[in-house]
Amino acid sequence: MSESPDESSKWEITLTVNGKRVTVQAYAMERLLDVVRNDLGLKGTKEGCGEGECGSCSVLMDGVLVNSCLIPVLQAKDSTIITIEGVQADGRAPVVQQAFLEYGGAQCGICTPGMILAACHLLQKKPQPTIEEIREGLSGNLCRCTGYLQIIEAVKEAARRGAAT
Amino acid sequence: MRAHPANYELVAPGGLSAVLSLLAKERGVWLPIAGGTDVMVEYAAGKLPARKLVSIWNLPELRRIEVFPGEIRIGAGCTYTDLRVHDMVGREFPLLANAASWTGGIANQNRGTIGGNIVNASPAADSLPALLVYEAELILVSANGERRVPYSNFHVAYRKTRLAPDELIRAVCLPRCFSRYYAHARKVGPRKAQAIAKVCLAAQARLENGVVEDIRVAMGSVAPVPLRLVRTEDSIKRKPIDAALLRLARQTTAAEIQPIDDIRSTASYRAAVAGNLVAEFLQALSTRGMQG
Repeated sequence: MSESPDESSKWEITLTVNGKRVTVQAYAMERLLDVVRNDLGLKGTKEGCGEGECGSCSVLMDGVLVNSCLIPVLQAKDSTIITIEGVQADGRAPVVQQAFLEYGGAQCGICTPGMILAACHLLQKKPQPTIEEIREGLSGNLCRCTGYLQIIEAVKEAARRGAAT
Repeated sequence: MRAHPANYELVAPGGLSAVLSLLAKERGVWLPIAGGTDVMVEYAAGKLPARKLVSIWNLPELRRIEVFPGEIRIGAGCTYTDLRVHDMVGREFPLLANAASWTGGIANQNRGTIGGNIVNASPAADSLPALLVYEAELILVSANGERRVPYSNFHVAYRKTRLAPDELIRAVCLPRCFSRYYAHARKVGPRKAQAIAKVCLAAQARLENGVVEDIRVAMGSVAPVPLRLVRTEDSIKRKPIDAALLRLARQTTAAEIQPIDDIRSTASYRAAVAGNLVAEFLQALSTRGMQG
């Protein structure tokens, strides 16, 4: 951090985050993750591995599940981002979150925002997923606490309660 | 040490011709970045040699799948998800659809592209053996025009390809002539998704009158490049599947691959698994490959 970065090479980047249009000044190669956390103050999106392996930094970009640590913010220009803070507005999320609570799907909590987003993304495509489809839908999100079974049960229960409708 | 974004330039001209003229103007200076699933990992680790990047993510010219009577042309910017949801890819090229489903998790499948997988040129890449088996051809494009090259010798050495510094892969072409083949794919790794293979196999063959009429076998993680096992194929062709053939297939496989010890596995484990995978394929072929 000893370099003195040239602020003039920053871009003005507009995107819609959780339904609100925002404009940030950022370097083109800044990670969407850092913009979301630092510029927008949305700390629910976590950094786990920082290399696209763990899914803690998952957000929905134009409706699609992505790892925000692998996205240079310039590629998110003019896109629509939904983070865990905004997912409440999505009808599925409260049902999914409640099921996670009841089934012990959240323990330390680092993976939870990404898990919830991945679950919502899955239920949008497959309202009644099989266990195998749940496992696959969440396969990019690593959890070191639960052993996954509670999480899978929670998603199954959320689907049963009609999270996707 | 982690990279500082101020030290990197990234532009997004938004159209293929603008990207190509940039690559032509300063040859070898601009690194194309599509979904970032490889480039951003190197970047974050501070290991990305390039300082100037040009975004090719979601270029419309690269993100379409065109179907012709004789072939399917998959834009290099198509993601694994694009491949998985495309009906014809799943129906006629199941090895590719399978490999796409094994690559990363859902988030990475939504961003990683087939062209990026080829250019990244990892010998462990899941989808590349399938492209070898389907005898893909690549359409390469530069400001000077297009050329079409076979994929079979595109990888010249460990992580080195025939792509010129001012070129992009525009599309991957797969001939539609394999409907009567029995297809078989296996990935051996610590975890199904989001794990790099210790060994992976894509293969297809046709049985006629009890003998292997035609066969194609390719593997990942057993050589410096994704490898088609032509000598092994030759040793199997026109023979009935019996215990002697399985023994011979294991031997030729072991002789043809060049596995190494690395962080994920050992050369001897890989050699044993590679032989087993070919034998397993032949056994599946003999029991289930009769129809068609």
